[in-house]
Amino acid sequence: MSSHKDLIKIFKKEAEEKKMLTLQFVPYSEVSDLNSERKVQKLLKIVKEEKIVLLEGKLHSNEKSDLIRKTMEEIDDKFKGIEIEELQTESKDKAIFEKLKTIFINFILGSRKGLTIIGPATIIKEIKKDPDKIQLFTEEIKRKKKK
Amino acid sequence: MGLFSNFLKKFLKALFAKKGQIKLGIYGPPNGGKTTLANKITMDWLGEEMGSVSPIAHETREVQIKEQITVKSKGKELTFNLVDTPGIATKIDFEEFIKAGLEEKEAKTRAKEATKGVIDAIKWLDDMDAVVVVLDSTKDPYSQVNITIIGNLEARKIPVLIVANKVDLKKSDVKKVQAAFPQYDVIGISAKMGTNVDAFYESLFKLTNR
Repeated sequence: MSSHKDLIKIFKKEAEEKKMLTLQFVPYSEVSDLNSERKVQKLLKIVKEEKIVLLEGKLHSNEKSDLIRKTMEEIDDKFKGIEIEELQTESKDKAIFEKLKTIFINFILGSRKGLTIIGPATIIKEIKKDPDKIQLFTEEIKRKKKK
Repeated sequence: MGLFSNFLKKFLKALFAKKGQIKLGIYGPPNGGKTTLANKITMDWLGEEMGSVSPIAHETREVQIKEQITVKSKGKELTFNLVDTPGIATKIDFEEFIKAGLEEKEAKTRAKEATKGVIDAIKWLDDMDAVVVVLDSTKDPYSQVNITIIGNLEARKIPVLIVANKVDLKKSDVKKVQAAFPQYDVIGISAKMGTNVDAFYESLFKLTNR
């Protein structure tokens, strides 16, 4: 019987062979204890493996600027940068008490609401907000559209 | 030591601000018209241009400074040092520059310089006293680059004025920019054609609390 790690290896190999689009979910708990630099390093490492990161929660503005700065340092002939987008999962018409509760929880625990999508610019050509859904336009889809 | 240097930095900043040495930064994504606006300001008040402009993105790849610009409006005077910054982006592809007509070597050099420019622009955020964020009003204002720039300025409590540039173009939508950033003053101008720049100059007094 194959172990969990073996299965991941098989999926990885298959994805590489078939050039499949790989999405990697990063739960909030996996990055909440990391400082800005280590969080950015972790996310960028996944993106540089040509995967699309689905991060639970949102990055702070200083983390986003750190991510842009670090991305610029890494850009070369192969790695062209990133595309990033955020998706709001909270209802806009919440009661005031609920809003205050969310603000308080976010203040104590950090912002785990919402979803952040980060992907390599070479794979994701455009991320469009609709504003409740995100459409990912990959190079493959664009090529098909041209045909 | 860190606390002392922070204190010293704040003290010097306050001291120079009192003498009229305000650092006014121009920020935004590439090709929004930052240098066109900087040129308009320096031409109007110094009689000289600040930098070159180009339809190819990332023409400004180094932070440029023009000192002692005095703007006059309705009997008031405002003196500042203008800091024009390279466009902030999340991706830079040298192949895009080749498509725009550059040779491969030139395109790669431009891309390398542009990445350094973005890093410098982010580093300079801490030194600004007030910032004009220049957005192309024909484009979607909800980009993460725009949100990141404005979010960082807000976190640093730096006053922000948003310029919705290129109102001379058909696709321009200033209301969309206003709707995206309702908590900020947004002014529609055409830096290239000079449209509404007098109102922009007037807004600078409010921005810098003068």
